[in-house]
Amino acid sequence: MTTTTPPGPRALAWRRRGHSAARFWKQYRTRRAGVLGLAVLVLFGLIALTAPLTVGSDVQSVTEAPGQPLESPSGQFPLGTDRFGRGLLGLLIWGARVSLLVGLLAAVLSVSIGAVIGITAGHFRGRYATVMMRVTDWFLVMPTLVLAIALATVMSRSLGTIILAIGVTTWPTTARLVRAQTLAVESRPYIERAKALGGGHWHIMSRHVLPNVMPLVLAQTTLVISSAILAEATLAFLGLGDPTVISWGGLLQDAREAGAVSSGDWWYLVPPGIAIAVVALAFTLCGRAVEAVLNPRLGVAR
Amino acid sequence: MSSVQQAVVPAPAAAAPRRTAKGWAYLRYGAGKVGGAVISLLAVLVTGFFLFRLIPGDPVKTMTGGRPVSAGQLAAYRREFGLDLPMWQQFTDYCGKALTGDLGTSYQFRAPVLDKIAEALPNTLLLTGTAFVLYTALGIVLGTRAAWRHDRLGDRLSTGLALTLYSVPSFWLGLLLIIVFSVGVGPIPGLFPTGGMESGGEEGFAYVLDVAHHLVLPVITLVAVEYGQTLLVTRSALLDEMASDYLTTARAKGLRDDLVRRRHAVPNALLPTVTLIFVNLGRTVAGVILVETVFSWPGLGGLFYQALSVPDLPLVQGLFFVFATAVIVMNTLADLVYPLLDPRVGR
Repeated sequence: MTTTTPPGPRALAWRRRGHSAARFWKQYRTRRAGVLGLAVLVLFGLIALTAPLTVGSDVQSVTEAPGQPLESPSGQFPLGTDRFGRGLLGLLIWGARVSLLVGLLAAVLSVSIGAVIGITAGHFRGRYATVMMRVTDWFLVMPTLVLAIALATVMSRSLGTIILAIGVTTWPTTARLVRAQTLAVESRPYIERAKALGGGHWHIMSRHVLPNVMPLVLAQTTLVISSAILAEATLAFLGLGDPTVISWGGLLQDAREAGAVSSGDWWYLVPPGIAIAVVALAFTLCGRAVEAVLNPRLGVAR
Repeated sequence: MSSVQQAVVPAPAAAAPRRTAKGWAYLRYGAGKVGGAVISLLAVLVTGFFLFRLIPGDPVKTMTGGRPVSAGQLAAYRREFGLDLPMWQQFTDYCGKALTGDLGTSYQFRAPVLDKIAEALPNTLLLTGTAFVLYTALGIVLGTRAAWRHDRLGDRLSTGLALTLYSVPSFWLGLLLIIVFSVGVGPIPGLFPTGGMESGGEEGFAYVLDVAHHLVLPVITLVAVEYGQTLLVTRSALLDEMASDYLTTARAKGLRDDLVRRRHAVPNALLPTVTLIFVNLGRTVAGVILVETVFSWPGLGGLFYQALSVPDLPLVQGLFFVFATAVIVMNTLADLVYPLLDPRVGR
């Protein structure tokens, strides 16, 4: 930006965003647990994204399995083989793709529903808000897991079903948080100014409320991903996942069905569970760090 | 001291009307909460009906298990379970019966759903009750310690362990415990049974010991994955409380550190935990599905898993209702108890 031409409003806005991002990162960096979580996530993200290059999609093939069924760990198969003779390390890496994808999409779906309902219920008040908050309260008291299992049971076995089942059962917490924040934002004078200048409902919600609610939504997304990954593993373990897709929860179900528990084949069971726990923990650590930076009053991670 | 009491004595005359007004306010508040809970329960009843009618597949075909059956027999089955009636009539029948406590007949066991639930409920309550008491106590004790010495090594380790265990899938932990302690690893023999609730044939005190022996691993699993949340909530509530002036006052009058903690800080900090405790109790009953499945515990969760695989509609519906009821009742209790404990809210 040269000194002769003053920057336009758009450029100013971008510069302001850049500054607040830098400030956010500076504070986030001081939280060691959060940085550790982020590093782990980057590592797992890279592993999942590069899986087609490192292991290739033929690790899933049952007919061309390279080894004997249920081999113990060896030089050729560092984590042993599964019940079809496929290398478990390759399956674990391949499974990261599905587990992360389902976790991310389910969390995005859940938080989007929560944000839309929270913002509109906070903005429109009146009868609409009452009805929406009743619905939210009702979902809030439902046992989440039971409802998700029920939904996954009645729909066809696919990844979409799992994402939908997790997404539509976990949004109420977000809706409540976002609504409270929306009410707080809308009571500020500049909203009145925007209304006086002729700003409509859409303008106020998208230009004024949403940017203020966004940090909360981001922190919430990170935390929801962690529980979504656990929920995906749980549903897959109960046999409600897509049987043709490799995921960490699905590997655990395979292991149990192959009798790994009674024969003591710990190497079949341990790695997928550790992967789930590590990724879920990493998202939780990140979410807590983001929350602590954006909202010190919450005092979650002091 | 006595002068203070005398000064207070004339107050009741003035305070009495205020107290009844408060009582009325509480009653109205409580009635609202209970009313809301009843509406929620009715909504669950209706949802249960429609949700499980969406299941693809013919329940009668599942029931007969692929055996060759004549069309006449199929029709007889349909009539027996009321599946030949139009949907609206099935719905009104279902609602009417549910309100009188009749949840239908299980396809799979050919027994009233209520009987199956009544059979399994004590086992679930034994498992969840034991785990609940242990993880609540553990969470509060460790959370208090972590907050009181926060940012020290002990706090970091304890909070880190809680977060880690909280991220572990409960069914996986259960399977690992079975491998290590029931099947045995290397030279270590299996110490605990792999599943079930009793070995059979025991009586009296030996039976109690036997059940306790079967209880160990499932309870450890539940406690490990559940105590973290209580710990974190207790810890952050106590941290909030620790900046308060009244603690400085308590210290200034010369109270010992652990008296300040036990008598002053912890009772206030436990208020948010109380809500969590109730909510957890309801959730644990519903969340026990996985642990019961892994350990073949003959409770509601195991029954739910069995019913889902058929699918045994009346049984799934009935259990869905029981799980939701547990959560709703506990949430309502939390709402009712909280204002009694903390006069600042809910009035």
